[in-house]
Amino acid sequence: MSGELIVFIVLAIISVAAATGLLTSRNAVYAALFLIINFATVAVMYLMLNAPFLAIIQISVYAGAIMVLFLFVIMLLGAERLNGEVLSKDLKWQRPLAGGLGVLLLIQAAYVFVSRFGASPVAPDLIKSGPMEIGMKLFNSYLLPFEVTSVLLLVAIIGAVVLTREK
Amino acid sequence: MNTISPYILLSAVLFTMGVIGFLTRRNAIMIFMSVELMLNSANLAFVAFAHQWGQLDGQMFVFFVMAVAAAEVAVGLALIVTVFRTKQSANVDELNQLKG
Amino acid sequence: MQLFYISPILFPLLGLLINATLGKRLGERAIGAVASLMVIAAFIVSAMVFSQVGALPEGTSAIPVDLGIPWIQVGTLTVPFGLQLDALSATMMLIVTGVGALIHIYSIGYMHGDPRFQRFFVYLNLFIASMLVLVMSNNFLLMFVGWELVGLCSYLLIGFWFNNIKNAEAGRKAFVVNRIGDVGFILAIMAIFVAFGTLTFTDVFSKVATFGVNAPIIVGITLLLFVGATGKSAQIPLFVWLPDAMAGPTPVSALIHAATMVTAGIYMMTRAHVLFAAAPDTQTVVAVVGALTAFVAGSVALTQNDIKKVLAYSTISQLGFMVAAAGLGAYVASVFHLATHAFFKALLFLAAGSVIHGMEHLSHSKHGAHGDHKEPIDPQDMRNMGGLRTKMPVTFIVFLIGSLALAGIFPLAGFWSKDEIIVAALSKNILVFVLLGITAVFTAFYVGRQLVMVFFGKPRTEDAAHAAESSPLMTIPLIILAVLSAIGGALNLPGVGSLGNWLAPVLGEAEAEAFQIGVAGFFTVLSIAALAGAWALYRNAYAKADDKDPLQKLGPLYTFIKRAWFIDAIYKDVVVKLFYAACSFLARVFDIGGIDGVVNGAGTLVQKASGGLRKAQNGFVRSYGLMMLVGVVVIVAWFVYSAGAR
Repeated sequence: MSGELIVFIVLAIISVAAATGLLTSRNAVYAALFLIINFATVAVMYLMLNAPFLAIIQISVYAGAIMVLFLFVIMLLGAERLNGEVLSKDLKWQRPLAGGLGVLLLIQAAYVFVSRFGASPVAPDLIKSGPMEIGMKLFNSYLLPFEVTSVLLLVAIIGAVVLTREK
Repeated sequence: MNTISPYILLSAVLFTMGVIGFLTRRNAIMIFMSVELMLNSANLAFVAFAHQWGQLDGQMFVFFVMAVAAAEVAVGLALIVTVFRTKQSANVDELNQLKG
Repeated sequence: MQLFYISPILFPLLGLLINATLGKRLGERAIGAVASLMVIAAFIVSAMVFSQVGALPEGTSAIPVDLGIPWIQVGTLTVPFGLQLDALSATMMLIVTGVGALIHIYSIGYMHGDPRFQRFFVYLNLFIASMLVLVMSNNFLLMFVGWELVGLCSYLLIGFWFNNIKNAEAGRKAFVVNRIGDVGFILAIMAIFVAFGTLTFTDVFSKVATFGVNAPIIVGITLLLFVGATGKSAQIPLFVWLPDAMAGPTPVSALIHAATMVTAGIYMMTRAHVLFAAAPDTQTVVAVVGALTAFVAGSVALTQNDIKKVLAYSTISQLGFMVAAAGLGAYVASVFHLATHAFFKALLFLAAGSVIHGMEHLSHSKHGAHGDHKEPIDPQDMRNMGGLRTKMPVTFIVFLIGSLALAGIFPLAGFWSKDEIIVAALSKNILVFVLLGITAVFTAFYVGRQLVMVFFGKPRTEDAAHAAESSPLMTIPLIILAVLSAIGGALNLPGVGSLGNWLAPVLGEAEAEAFQIGVAGFFTVLSIAALAGAWALYRNAYAKADDKDPLQKLGPLYTFIKRAWFIDAIYKDVVVKLFYAACSFLARVFDIGGIDGVVNGAGTLVQKASGGLRKAQNGFVRSYGLMMLVGVVVIVAWFVYSAGAR
């Protein structure tokens, strides 16, 4: 068993445990923190998968900016205490159905990914994925999507401002 | 490790957990976090495939997913704030006026 | 130049347009003048066409008129907008425009003061134009257009005084009954196209010979054409509309329901004589139906009291003569009788109109315009008349001439034409001969009865006593028609046979029936005897208006005949009731239960289904998410399955 696999197994356990914590947490703040842990483990996996730049961004943008925004809103609204998760009467089948279907989806996804793609060996020569290569790729092949993304972010800013404005 | 199967498997597990969270939690903020979990698992799969094929394009997609996720969170949280102002609650089950 | 040939149709149309648009400003005199002048112009053109046809070189039968207007072109069907100007259509044009012009002039006087004076002349002009389309067209379809247009005019004019619901109903009845015949005609047109691939007269007729005698398709076509003719020309079984059509103004009865439109069926059969000649079986049917119609209608005319009803049944009877003649192949005799009948029957109707006008004179001087108000007594009932001989001398003389012509008294027009038909029947079909012979006697009898009841004896009502002669505008056309009725026989005198020669290029050289002095004399004697019998029976029969008719001694037979052999009643009680029953079945059971059921059922189904489905729209975002997940799972499962299948 290689060292890499051991690291992966440890990270995977932490990651799944964090996700379980997210799903079961009664407090929104705890849930957000569990999610940050999950993001962090995934960031490490990015490193292992030869994507160092993405790993940094995962930490700074996702775990940093986005989750901070979450926490900010939770605390702003004072909604960290989640009331008892009693389902509405109309939705009593929701939980078992969701669980069952989720398991079904997991089986399907695992089957498809692993059986059709996962078994293929990794490419022999590692890709260079430093900031420079990322930048070159982004501004050559993906220039238009990049610019469109900027518009998307602008729209999101305006939308957020308009929605939260006091009438 | 000569194969990415474990990463894919982990990605599928995380995605499913995100789905279940999305479907079972009532709090809008929790639902959003579940969505983030799903997006994250998809990102993991992208990066894993990029690693497998030795191509940068998978990582590019992760970029854009992150950008979209950021925009979505900004708008989504703004919506939650607005809803919370009128309903004093972030419970999506109370937002069921749009029914047949 | 082509415009010249089409102008007979255009003139009345022009008059129609002028009167329809400007009529309100023109006033009665101008309206009548415009309408009449247009018809007179059409008459002049028709006369010129007539002379041109006469001047045609040997071997050509029609003026070649190529308007170059393709009317309908669909697949192999090509229908030109073309004219057929030969001896037959030129003759018809002369009759239509000539009699039409006289009746237009007469109508100016007759319709004086009617609130819908303008409309009346618009309709009349439309009728003349339509009738000319009918007789001038060179193909069956265009003829059918004219055929339908005259039917429309007939409907409009029968119901002209529609304020009285009876008139409107009579118009509707005429329209519906005519439709039955029209269906036959249009089916015949379709069959002609199927059989011949063309609808143009000359093309069709040139191909008939290839089918042989009594070919089923030809017999079928001719029978269907005959069905059309029975509708328009009021033959058994479709004659019931014509007596009711007398609800229209009297000039209309004269023009449309005696002189021109009702002869359209005879014209059509004459035009298609090549087809009929190839189907002797049909010809026998035609001859027998015509003779039966003549007999039945002639007997009914014996018992009618309404002055116009007598003439109406007489018209049906005379049309029966023409149809029988056509069925016997004696087309020349048929057209000859058509022409003379147009003269004397138009004359009789117009004279009857003059009588009615005179009868209304008293109430007019009290009330004003006629038509719309309730008459104190029926001015058309002959029992209310009597003694008008001295009050209306001109009318009496022309009526007498017309009646004697109708009765077939030597040397008036009816004598010659009727004699030709009877002689033709004697040599070809003895049953037809007997029926027509009896009818000829009936004719003389009812004519005599009518003359006696209207003009002789003493006035039986105040209205009759105060009757006055009509204006010259009405009497001058009467005199012209009376002259024509008197000398119309000269058209085709035995031995001279000018009409026969004239029509020969169209109808072929008919073997001329020898004038049989014995037959003619026999029937003249019979007719005079019948007239004398009528005189004897009716001279003193009516002292008062409500006396019994002498024929009532016949008992049930009288009632049977008077009610028109109960044919109308049978239609009403059997056909119409069955039709209503079927309609009410369709309306109440089939429509409400079946059609509405399906429609409402579809609605209810959608309602119920959506009612069930709307439960899915519960407003909970998460259950929507769940449904999405179901979809995702199913789709992925499908991919997995199909990938596995590969």
